[in-house]
Amino acid sequence: MADIRNNFVGIKSPNPFWLASAPPTDKAYNVVRAFKAGWGGVVWKTLGEEGPPVVNVNGPRYGAIWGADRRLLGLNNIELITDRDLQTNLREIKQVKMDWPDRAMVVSLMVPCEEQAWKAILPLVEETGADGIELNFGCPHGMSERGMGAAVGQVPEYIEMVVRWCKQNTRMPVITKLTPNITDIRKPARAALAGGTDAVSLINTINSITAVNLDSFAPEPTIDGKGTHGGYCGPAVKPIAMNMVAEIARDPETAGLPISAIGGITTWRDAAEFMALGAGNAQVCTAAMTYGFKIVEEMIAGLSDWMDEKGHRSLDDIIGRATPNVTDWQYLNLNYVAKARIDQDACIKCGRCHIACEDTSHQAITNMVDGVRHFEVIEAECVGCNLCVNVCPVENCITMEPLAAGVMDERTGKPVSPVYANWTEHPNNPAAKVAAE
Amino acid sequence: MPEGRFKEGIAGERLEASQYSENFSDLHPPLDHHEALVESDRCYFCYDAPCMQACPTSIDIPLFIRQISTGNPIGSAKTIFDQNILGGMCARVCPTETLCEEVCVREVAEGKPVQIGRLQRYATDIAMAQDKQFYQRAEPTGRKIAVVGAGPAGLAAAHRLARHGHAVTILEARPKAGGLNEYGIAAYKSTDDFAQAEVDYVTAIGGIDIEYGRALGDNVHLADLISTYDAVFLGMGLGGVNALRAEGEDAEGVGAAVDFISVLRQADDLSALPVGRRVVVIGGGMTAIDAAVQSRLLGAEEVTICYRRGKEHMNASEFEQDLAASKGVTIRHWMQPTRVVVDAGGKAAGIELEYTALQDGKLVGLGQTVTFPADQVFKAIGQTFVGDALNGSGPAIELEGGRIRVDEEGRTSLGKVWAGGDCIFGGDDLTVSAVAQGRDAAESIHRALTANGRA
Ligand SMILES: Cc1cc2nc3c(=O)[nH]c(=O)nc-3n(C[C@H](O)[C@H](O)[C@H](O)COP(=O)(O)OP(=O)(O)OC[C@H]3O[C@@H](n4cnc5c(N)ncnc54)[C@H](O)[C@@H]3O)c2cc1C
Ligand SMILES: Cc1cc2nc3c(=O)[nH]c(=O)nc-3n(C[C@H](O)[C@H](O)[C@H](O)COP(=O)(O)O)c2cc1C
Ligand code: SF4
Repeated sequence: MADIRNNFVGIKSPNPFWLASAPPTDKAYNVVRAFKAGWGGVVWKTLGEEGPPVVNVNGPRYGAIWGADRRLLGLNNIELITDRDLQTNLREIKQVKMDWPDRAMVVSLMVPCEEQAWKAILPLVEETGADGIELNFGCPHGMSERGMGAAVGQVPEYIEMVVRWCKQNTRMPVITKLTPNITDIRKPARAALAGGTDAVSLINTINSITAVNLDSFAPEPTIDGKGTHGGYCGPAVKPIAMNMVAEIARDPETAGLPISAIGGITTWRDAAEFMALGAGNAQVCTAAMTYGFKIVEEMIAGLSDWMDEKGHRSLDDIIGRATPNVTDWQYLNLNYVAKARIDQDACIKCGRCHIACEDTSHQAITNMVDGVRHFEVIEAECVGCNLCVNVCPVENCITMEPLAAGVMDERTGKPVSPVYANWTEHPNNPAAKVAAE
Repeated sequence: MPEGRFKEGIAGERLEASQYSENFSDLHPPLDHHEALVESDRCYFCYDAPCMQACPTSIDIPLFIRQISTGNPIGSAKTIFDQNILGGMCARVCPTETLCEEVCVREVAEGKPVQIGRLQRYATDIAMAQDKQFYQRAEPTGRKIAVVGAGPAGLAAAHRLARHGHAVTILEARPKAGGLNEYGIAAYKSTDDFAQAEVDYVTAIGGIDIEYGRALGDNVHLADLISTYDAVFLGMGLGGVNALRAEGEDAEGVGAAVDFISVLRQADDLSALPVGRRVVVIGGGMTAIDAAVQSRLLGAEEVTICYRRGKEHMNASEFEQDLAASKGVTIRHWMQPTRVVVDAGGKAAGIELEYTALQDGKLVGLGQTVTFPADQVFKAIGQTFVGDALNGSGPAIELEGGRIRVDEEGRTSLGKVWAGGDCIFGGDDLTVSAVAQGRDAAESIHRALTANGRA
């Protein structure tokens, strides 16, 4: 049996699946249910400073986009940090941690960008016995307008400063949660590291408008005729989050910095992909909000069954395994040639590959051969782009087959070269010529 | 207990009064909004879609389904009606399992086609409930066209002609329009008087005048139509039925399946409609299935279809055969009727059939017989075209195989006369084909009239 126990910056949990800081972790009631269901840990819903709590809107907080059969693909929200009293939250955190000592209890924090504010709250959290803190520099709406959340997360200097305050004022591990609403995710990660962070977590939600009501001409969710941008999350954001995780994992300046992955994680496979890219564990919000806490059973079983099947014994065997294979475009092997191939037995003759290639690409798939409806790749035209594979509704019907070295590429009329050659050395690259001269 | 339950002979009230409406409710209930979205999402939007090629009216099926999925059922209905103005009825009666849905790539892939017929009904129902009219008549051309028969072929032709601005007069022998939609289609395929609602919807375009009780060959004559109108379209369907050529055929209790269905379709009170306790239906097509199933639904205790060839030769689709079986109809193959057993009072009491087989590709009787008790026997061995209505009053129209011969545009051998639907040779006796032929003949008429430079 694979060992899926997780040790993330010294915070131990029986599995790498944590609930991200959000409504599922806003109260003892929810968190206890989550632990009963099997979640390895939680990041408690973000706490603010002492005093009257923030207030949420009293109308709809969520917008969404859906796929087939109304499967939720993307969710957006305009919720703020916890709207419950600080002392109540702290009392509950302490009790739950006491009752569930083997689970990870991380507390998310967001207070004004002043050292005093952080100094005030850190001992209160420490007193609960929590395992660590997460700095919420991500919330893209409401809090950022008050100079917190993404307003800090978008300015690397502020990140470094706040992280440093925290490190100086607590013994607890500090996880810095990053906002994706920034052009280069490496900058805030480097800043957090410079400030002494123990880890980063990402992504928080992405600025978004999910829909516009075409009767009222107002964005959804609509509150009394108006709407605002909200934070986007769920399966739709996973590719964006994965790239950001990989960027940090392979950046020489931040390589080795522990990463807690967040963004669209719905199944064990999503989590495994993030971990392969370098994440130490996985946080989940939307999937739990869509299906309830029970999904963690599938995640735990799926991850450990897959690890058993592949012979991976512990999480360390998989974490970061894909990182070295993420590279820059310019280093991709231009002598690698693949061609699409259609399995005629699997083909259901929908013709989508044909029309996609014909209308929008390289005219490399037939639709009629000898007067019969027949879809076949014309190798002399195929550039190997993979579009047909992606539009084909039948899994594995169209595959990309690499040509072995020496085999004739009918499109170029040249045999496939066995030599690795990338753009940096390509004759069409002006920079390459300069270098060669 | 219902009064007629155990009555011998032909009797009504065989079921509890409440049972009738349940038995004759929608065979395929309409999809609700969510079901339609889920189903429409299954469509792959195929290129040069096989379903579209299989549809005799060539409806752009991927497009109309995509319009449903994007929340535009009205636009979807227009896509359907552009090709097939009787798209509502076709959605209910087309044997989709042998047309569009048979070739759906999802049928190929997973044995479960996109439910094209039900989606088509979803969109057309919405548009028709709002009486959304998509077409306006062109400027009147001053041309007058006579259409004989207000069945699917005649209505489709009339609508297309009216769109082009021609003035259409439909001459219909019966007191109601719709043809077999009104008098023939199984009751559970066209509930809630849909056939008449559709006639109203189609004729709402204007420029279509229907004269009832006007039968060609009786009080209307082809020669007069040719001289009075600029063109004539014949869409009179099939008026006759094939004879059994079996002894006792004239006994009381022996009748044509189509007549039985026609009475059933017009009945105000189905419980009052008499049906045999034991019914035998002779035939292997859609009409045989419909007569048998509806006999069962009326409360007949034993219903048997006897067909002279094998299961694989039946014209009724597999779906129809399964439907009959699920309603408790027994289908017997390889037997042909030789004699109706008649009781002393002149009523049918049974039917004697001879076993058959194929020998050297020819159907032969084997000499051995079997007799089934039956107090009602329905003939469903094909309908025939009644040519008498055409000729005698003017020059002859050429027939082929007993029906009117037309070219690919629907032109008969007689100038100014077009024909379509069941009455022409070479068709497949489907509502949707009648619509296609009516529509195409109308286009041909329009071309002929405008090409003359007169319109
Ligand atoms: C019992 C039964 C069930 C069927 N079920 C199905 C089904 O489920 N699906 C399917 O696709 N098809 C079905 N069909 C076939 C389908 O109904 C026909 O193919 C279709 O109705 C043909 O249309 P039409 O316009 O050519 O003829 P018809 O529908 O027969 O219409 C002809 C019209 O002309 C009128 N008429 C006839 N003679 C004259 C005259 N001399 N003068 C003036 N008017 C005249 C008639 O009264 C009628 O209104 C069924 C047929 C039958 C008999
Ligand atoms: C309703 C809602 C409220 C959230 N509130 C917080 C919050 O208070 N603090 C925080 O750090 N992130 C918050 N998030 C962001 C999530 O923790 C998480 O980063 C994001 O949803 C992406 O993960 P997912 O795709 O699994 O949902 C919230 C998300 C949602 C949907
Ligand atoms: S890989 Fe691209 S170019 Fe080749 S057949 Fe497929 S779509 Fe066309």
